[in-house]
Amino acid sequence: MRRYFARKLLVYALTFVVAVTVNWMIPRFMPGDPVASMVSRARVSQPEAAEAMRGYYNNLFGFDEPVWQQYLHFWGALLQGDFGISVWVFPTPVSDVLLDALPYTLGLMLPAVLLSWIAGNWAGALAARRKVLDNTVLPAGYLLTAMPYMWIAVILAWALGSKAGWFPISGGYSLDIQPSWSLDFVADLAHHWVLPFLSLFLVALGGWAIGMRNMIIYELESDYSSYLSALGAPQRLIRRYAFRNAVLPQITGLALQLGVLVAGALVTEIVFAYPGLGSLILAAIQNQDFFLLQGAFLFIVIGVLIANFVIDVVYVLVDPRTRTGMAGGQS
Amino acid sequence: MGTGIRVRIATALAVIALTATACTGGSPVTGKGPGGTQGGALPREETLYTTGTQWGPPANYNPLRSWDHATGTKGLVYETLFHFDPNTGKLNPWLAESGGWKDAKTYEVKLRAGITWADGEPLTAKDVAYSYGLGKIEASSFHSLWSWLSGAEAVDATTVRFTFEEAHYQEWDFTLYGQPVVPEHVWSGRSEEEILNGVNDKPVGSGAYTLKSKSQDRVVWQRRDDWWGTKALGMTPAPRYIVDVSNPSNEVVIGQLGQGQLDLSNNFLPGASSLVKSKKVVSYYDEPPYMLSANTAWLVPNTTRTPLDDAAFRKALAASVDIDKIVKGVYGDLVKKADPTGLLPQWDSYVDKGVVASDGFSYDTAGAKRTLADAGYRDKDGDGLVENKDGSKISLKLAVPTGWTDWMEAAKVIAAGAKAAGISVTTEFPDQNALSEQRAKGDFDLVINNDRQLSNTPWTYYEYMFQLPVQKQQNTVNFGRYENPEAWKLVQRLGGVPTDDAAGMKAVTSRLQKIQLDEMPIIPLWYNGLWSQSTTGTWTNWPSDAEGAPTHAPALWRNWLEMGGFEMLTQLKPAK
Repeated sequence: MRRYFARKLLVYALTFVVAVTVNWMIPRFMPGDPVASMVSRARVSQPEAAEAMRGYYNNLFGFDEPVWQQYLHFWGALLQGDFGISVWVFPTPVSDVLLDALPYTLGLMLPAVLLSWIAGNWAGALAARRKVLDNTVLPAGYLLTAMPYMWIAVILAWALGSKAGWFPISGGYSLDIQPSWSLDFVADLAHHWVLPFLSLFLVALGGWAIGMRNMIIYELESDYSSYLSALGAPQRLIRRYAFRNAVLPQITGLALQLGVLVAGALVTEIVFAYPGLGSLILAAIQNQDFFLLQGAFLFIVIGVLIANFVIDVVYVLVDPRTRTGMAGGQS
Repeated sequence: MGTGIRVRIATALAVIALTATACTGGSPVTGKGPGGTQGGALPREETLYTTGTQWGPPANYNPLRSWDHATGTKGLVYETLFHFDPNTGKLNPWLAESGGWKDAKTYEVKLRAGITWADGEPLTAKDVAYSYGLGKIEASSFHSLWSWLSGAEAVDATTVRFTFEEAHYQEWDFTLYGQPVVPEHVWSGRSEEEILNGVNDKPVGSGAYTLKSKSQDRVVWQRRDDWWGTKALGMTPAPRYIVDVSNPSNEVVIGQLGQGQLDLSNNFLPGASSLVKSKKVVSYYDEPPYMLSANTAWLVPNTTRTPLDDAAFRKALAASVDIDKIVKGVYGDLVKKADPTGLLPQWDSYVDKGVVASDGFSYDTAGAKRTLADAGYRDKDGDGLVENKDGSKISLKLAVPTGWTDWMEAAKVIAAGAKAAGISVTTEFPDQNALSEQRAKGDFDLVINNDRQLSNTPWTYYEYMFQLPVQKQQNTVNFGRYENPEAWKLVQRLGGVPTDDAAGMKAVTSRLQKIQLDEMPIIPLWYNGLWSQSTTGTWTNWPSDAEGAPTHAPALWRNWLEMGGFEMLTQLKPAK
């Protein structure tokens, strides 16, 4: 048990270090110079003023140090929760910009991940029991899971937003309302949330349903099921055992899905102009905002690592084999 | 056991989510709290919704950062000594009551009495002197002002005296309506860094609005009822609230205009003409070009590269461009073909028609071919494209930012026209930031650029064409790195002509035009519009060319609030 967690934590720590390093490297070795673009945006014609400005920004962002020092400083600042200053939303600290956007992304992601997992498992388990259902759930599931996020997002926006006019198709909340804890605002927020949520939910749902269906069928055909039915155990009991065993790989899959769904959330947010991390990442790339990009990726990496860790803990609770230390560390 | 709990939690979650979505009932929420803000919603009939200036979250409220402050920081909160009226070509006193040259190197401004800052303190000559003095900070964006201005001092409470090293009359007028005045009692305690780069998120200004709230995609301004201009100027901006929304995307803006959620959009919308024709929106003109002209789009050749260093070749290139095709095909008549001098229609009086008639260029493929042949560019290998004089192949790249669809299409038309005349031009679409970097370094063949906006004087355009010396980085002007000392001398001379001496200005501009048309350092293409489309559901009396309508520039773009944008706000009328 302890060994299992120690090993897990080590893997996570290593993952984190590598992620942070790559994260620090990518923008720095991307073509383009954010300081030059800031200075040119400021439209300073006089060379002395432009030089002074360039020097000032270089110093501010620490680009005038040797690379290894920049790297160490990056870690130092990171551990203090300081992600630097955004170039694009100058001079707002990156952490402020990200914290503004984070609730929107979490508000999309968490329900989409959890609800699609639950609904998908339920639909898959049902499908495994009834031929009629199986004939609908299986093709529908394959269709949904094969759909690109942005495509389904655009289709939803067109059908339910533009044509039917039931839901707004852009933004986090209406133009004429200001964030507050009023019922009006919360309702407006929920109204804008539906379409982006649906697009994530539907795509993820299909995969879970298919996975669950196949697992249940596999478990029902396994030796212990045959043995139980030969002993004359009620069908319900057998199905409950099968379900419990079938859910285990699904939990592992949940960990893997998280990373994929993050990418989906990014695309979805961009399609719906939803003010979350996805829209920020796009803007950060377009505006060569190193710090914002790094911050956003770090948020995502940390988020995915935490979620994976939680799933590991859950796994220990539901899978007795990990508790006895026989297995583990496969995910 | 474990699964049972999980399922129950999940069901609860699902129920919450469903009820949250169900209780909206699918109709747009319109809160109508009394006084407008209790319900979190602003009263629609008192609010103006605008977009088209801000492309990201409002970053700062610092008027000295004129390139990235939130829309309205300068103009709604901070004000300038004068405003400029493009229709009359005159400066109108704003914070100033009057201003004038006492002698060749001294300019005095008389301030209006009784102007107060939003915190109740009086605005005095000291504030003005302080604000202009901030340019002495080396990293300040208007530091160059102090290379020819030598002093700004408060003579008494309402008089400011500016003394000059050299009087750049034209540029000075430009500065008078461009430089914001900030309160010394608030700013003087700040460090240089705070002054230049501070967020200033509790802006104290002298203008008609204060900052009410801000969020990731919008900023909300609220009218000050004790604004000095109501008495002194006899004008009051109509909207109690102005909400400026950052641009999500063109499609979204068109949708919001259609639903009447937006009142004014200052974006370029590709289908604007059809929106105007179907009466969904109004624009300045009901017919082409629909918009006022705001700036000139130029084809900029890098004159440090062969064969673009040859005036004859540049002239041939200029004659190969089928501008009409761009105006019609790409823009649907939303823009106008530029004059051969590139001067905006507002500056038409400075165009020397005689010089244009004798030296001007027009679309003429056959003529372009002749010019090339006469200059020694021949097609030796028979591929229909000319080679350099030394026989090496010519292949020029025209770069425009990716995503700027109208420019991308225009670039294709230019490349096709050049090819028809025998010049090999291919298009490439790099990222905008990468491109501005390459442009600054001089690492390009051809680009399109429209950085210079309408101003009080064509001098700003000539500075843009001819400024010397060429730096390692050319950030703002003379991207083509064209070096012509004689022309630059003339530009400096033009800068020193008093702004009321039209004849003196014309004498210089005519000589500059001769050089420009003979040398073609930069090729004028079309006049970009002051993109502006408005809906009339909530606000009416938008500027237009109709009888009796206001004629101000209908834009909240940076620096345009001083060129008519603010006056437009005072002319709006509620629809009901």
